[in-house]
Amino acid sequence: MSTGNMNLTLKVWRQKNNNAKGALVDYKLADISPDMSFLEMFDVLNEQLINKGEEPVVFDHDCREGICGMCSMFINGRPHGPKDLVTTCQLHMRSFKDGDTIVVEPWRAAAFPVVKDLTVDRSAFDRVIAAGGFISVNTGNAQDANNLPIPKMQADAAFEAAACIGCGACVATCKNASAMLFVSAKISQLALLPQGQPERYRRVQSMVAQMDAEGFGNCTNTGACEAECPKGISLENIARMNRDFASAKFISEETV
Amino acid sequence: MSDINSNIPEGELTSKWTKYKSSVPLVNPSNKRTIEVIIVGSGLAGASAAATLAEMGYKVKCFCFQDSPRRAHSIAAQGGINAAKNYQNDGDSVYRLFYDTIKGGDYRAREANVHRLAEVSANIIDQCVAQGVPLAREYGGLLDNRSFGGTQVQRTFYAAGQTGQQLLLGAYSALERQIGMGKVEMYTRHEMLEVVKIDGKARGIIARNLITGEIERHFGHAVVLGTGGYGNVFYLSTNAMGSNVTAAWKAHKQGAYFANPCYTQIHPTCIPVSGDHQSKLTLMSESLRNDGRIWVPKKKDDNRKASEIPEDERDYYLERRYPAFGNLVPRDVASRAAKERCDAGYGVGASKLAVYLDFKANTERYGKIEAAKAGNHNPDKETCMRLGTAVIKEKYGNLFDMYAQITGENPYETPMRIYPAVHYTMGGLWVDYNLMTSVPGLYCTGEANFSDHGANRLGASALMQGLADGYFVLPYTIGAYLSKEISVKAIPTDHPAFVEAEERAVGILNTLINIKGTKSVDHFHKRLGHIMWEKCGMARNAKGLNEAIEEIRALRAEFWSDVRVPGTADELNTELEKAGRVADFIELGELMCIDALNRNESCGGHFREEYQTEEGEALRDDENYAYVAAWEFKEGVNFELHKEELKFENIKVAQRSYK
Repeated sequence: MSTGNMNLTLKVWRQKNNNAKGALVDYKLADISPDMSFLEMFDVLNEQLINKGEEPVVFDHDCREGICGMCSMFINGRPHGPKDLVTTCQLHMRSFKDGDTIVVEPWRAAAFPVVKDLTVDRSAFDRVIAAGGFISVNTGNAQDANNLPIPKMQADAAFEAAACIGCGACVATCKNASAMLFVSAKISQLALLPQGQPERYRRVQSMVAQMDAEGFGNCTNTGACEAECPKGISLENIARMNRDFASAKFISEETV
Repeated sequence: MSDINSNIPEGELTSKWTKYKSSVPLVNPSNKRTIEVIIVGSGLAGASAAATLAEMGYKVKCFCFQDSPRRAHSIAAQGGINAAKNYQNDGDSVYRLFYDTIKGGDYRAREANVHRLAEVSANIIDQCVAQGVPLAREYGGLLDNRSFGGTQVQRTFYAAGQTGQQLLLGAYSALERQIGMGKVEMYTRHEMLEVVKIDGKARGIIARNLITGEIERHFGHAVVLGTGGYGNVFYLSTNAMGSNVTAAWKAHKQGAYFANPCYTQIHPTCIPVSGDHQSKLTLMSESLRNDGRIWVPKKKDDNRKASEIPEDERDYYLERRYPAFGNLVPRDVASRAAKERCDAGYGVGASKLAVYLDFKANTERYGKIEAAKAGNHNPDKETCMRLGTAVIKEKYGNLFDMYAQITGENPYETPMRIYPAVHYTMGGLWVDYNLMTSVPGLYCTGEANFSDHGANRLGASALMQGLADGYFVLPYTIGAYLSKEISVKAIPTDHPAFVEAEERAVGILNTLINIKGTKSVDHFHKRLGHIMWEKCGMARNAKGLNEAIEEIRALRAEFWSDVRVPGTADELNTELEKAGRVADFIELGELMCIDALNRNESCGGHFREEYQTEEGEALRDDENYAYVAAWEFKEGVNFELHKEELKFENIKVAQRSYK
C-alpha cells in the first residue's frame, strides 16, 4: 500500500450556479499519494470540506476509467491535465510534484455554460448528433452482417474516428471554441463505411448547421484539439468533413 | 412449488418465441401514437428500447442521471458481445449458446428466456452493423471473432477493447435520431425517485431534476426500468461511480419482487487495490485471458520479480486444475481459484492480493507467426518479441495503456498483476417471460432484471442481453400489455397517487438534508462495502452472514441519525444524490445477506463455504434450491420469500465441470 507524502495547493473554480459570479478559491492538501487519481485527490478535498461543514466541489465524473467522457477539468491550462492521451480520471498524482500549485477550472466555451463549479452543460453535443449523427435504420431491418464485407483498413479507420468519447476537450482547448473535431469524428466514422453513404451529404450539412446554431466557433487549423484529445482523434477528420461539406453543395439534391 | 407465475408460453422450447411473436396481440399505429412509455436508464437496455419503441410509433420519455445518454455505464464494457452466428465454422449454434449460458449460470436460469436470448443474438449483430457500429474485421472484410470464458467456440464479436462503447454509441445514435424527430423526449440529469401506481398498475414516475432540484411527475401507460446493476453496494467495484440501485429499489418497495440478490459476479481480472484512497476498481477485459496465462510462484511468499522466477518455478494453476478450459474457465471459477492461491500465501505484489497475467508466451508465438509471414522462419527471440508486441498492441492497446496509467508499470515488459473485483450482478428485479415485474405495467430490462444469467454470467453476454431485451424482446412483449390499455387516456398528474408518491420522495430528501450529522455519505458507503466484501463477497458462510445482517442494521440506524448532507434540496447537490443511493444500498445489502443465508448451497457466484466438493468446487443442492428466490418487500424493511421453481426439460442438469 502506498503512503501519501505530497503537499499541494489547489486553486479551484467555485461558482454557485449559472447566474452566479465565480472565482478561484485556494485549498491546501496534505499527504496525497502519488498512486491516487486526480479525481481521488478531489474526493479527499471534498471529504475535508464536508467535515468542515462546507459544500464540496461539484465536478462531473462517472466511469473513472477513461471511456464515459463525463470528467472534464481544465488543469493548469490544459483540458484533462498535463499528460497526453488521458482523461482527468486516468491522470494520476505521480504526474505532479510535491509542493505544486494546481489550477483547476471548468471547460470554458459559450456553447458549454457552467452549471456549477467545474460542471458544464454539454447538451449541445447531443443536439448535434440528433441532427444527423446516425444511420437511418429502424430495428429489425438489417441484413446478415457478413453480407456486407468492409475492407479492414476502412473499418479500422472508422473505428478510430468512432473512439471519440464526447468529452469536449477539443472545444475547451480551442481558442475559437470550435467543435469541429467532435463533429467531424462522427461524420468521418459514418462517411468511411458503406452503410453511411446514402445519407452522407445530407448528414454533413445538417450536423454542421446544428453545430453553428449551438454557437461553436470555426476552425483556424491550430491543431490544439488533436493535441489535447484524450483519444487521439485525428485532424484528418476535419479535413474530411470540410471536403464532404463542400462536395455536398454540388452533390446533394436535398435541401437541409 | 412455485407460487409465482413466469408466464412461459406452452410448446417446444425451440418454437416458443416464434409462436409467441406471431400470436402476441398488436397495437395499431393510431393507438400507439396516444400510448406513452417511460424508460428509465439510457444504457444498452434502455436506449435500445427507447429508440425501438419510438420507431414503432409509441410516445416515449427517456430518463438518465448522466449529462447525456451516451455516458451510461454500458459504455465501459470492454471485451465483446456473443452471438450464435457460427461465422467461424466451429460448430456454434443457437442450442450451444443456450447450453453454454445455462451451464455457465450453474443451472439457475430459466430455460425459455435463455433460449430466446440465444435465438435473437444473431439479429443484434446484424442490427448493430447496419447502424454503422465498427466491429473488428478480418482482411477479407468479414467480421472477426474471439474466445471468451466458459465456451469452446469463438462467438464473441468485438471492437478492440471498446465493444460496449461502440454498441452504446450505436444505440445512442438511434435514440438521438428519435429525439431529433420529436418522438422521444429525453430527460438528462434526472433521477427517478418513485414509481407511481394507480389501481395496482405502474402509471408513472417521480423524478428529480438534478440541476434545479425540482421534483417532476411523469405519466406513462407503462414504465420500463433499464437502470443497470447494483455492484456499487460493495463500494469498490468496476461499476461507474453513479451506478446505483435506487430506481429498482423504489420499484421493489412498491411491490416488484427482487430476485436472487445474492448472485454477484466477482470478475477475476481487475487491477488490484492500491490504497485506502481507492474510489473504484478497473477491469482488465476477460478477452486478455485469450492471450494471457495466469500464474503465481510455486514457492510461498516469493518476493522475487516476475522476470526472475524461472519457468519451472511457476504454477499455472488454472491450466493445472482445469486442463480442458485452462485460462478460459468461467469467471466465478477463475476468481475463486485466484482467491484460493492468495489465501494460501502464494499471492504477488506488495499487497500479496494479486496473481500474474502474463502475455510473454503468446507475444512470442505471435511474433513467430509474423516473422514467418515475412519469410523469416528462424527468427531470434528479440525479433519475435518485437513483432509479437505489435500484434498484442493492436488487439489490446487501450487496455495495456490503461493498466500502465493506473499502476505506473509497463505491461508489455512485466506481467500484469490482477485480482478479482465486483463486476456484475446477476440478481435483479424479478420478471416474467414478458420482462414484466410483479407490478403490472412495470417492466425491467438488462442488468437490472434477474432473468438470463442464473448464478453466473458468461463473458460477453451482458451486452447481448441488454440489446436483446431492448431491441428484440421488450418491443414485442410490452405490446401484450399495452394492447389492453388502449382505452386508457393519459392520467393527469394531479391524481392523488402522484401527489402521494411525490410526498414520499420529498420526505426522504428533506429527512436526509435535516439529519445534519457528523459523517459523510462516503463514510457510510465505505463501511457498507467493507461488510459486504468481507461477509457476502467471494465466499460466504452462515456465521458471517448472520453477523453481516446485524452490522448492516446497526449501520442503517447510524446512517439515518448521523449522516451529513451539506447544501439544500433545490440545487445541484451531489451529496444529496449519493445519500439517497447509499440509503437504498444499505437496505439492499441486508437483503443480499438474507438471500445468501437462505440459499444453503453453492452455485455460480454464490459460494457458501459449507457447501463445496472435496476439490473445493461449488456444490449445488438441486433437490432443494433449484428455484428463483423472489423477495417481496414488507413494511419496516422485512422481506418475504416467494419461489419460482426452475424446470430443466431440455438440458440435463449436471455438476459443472471445466476439467
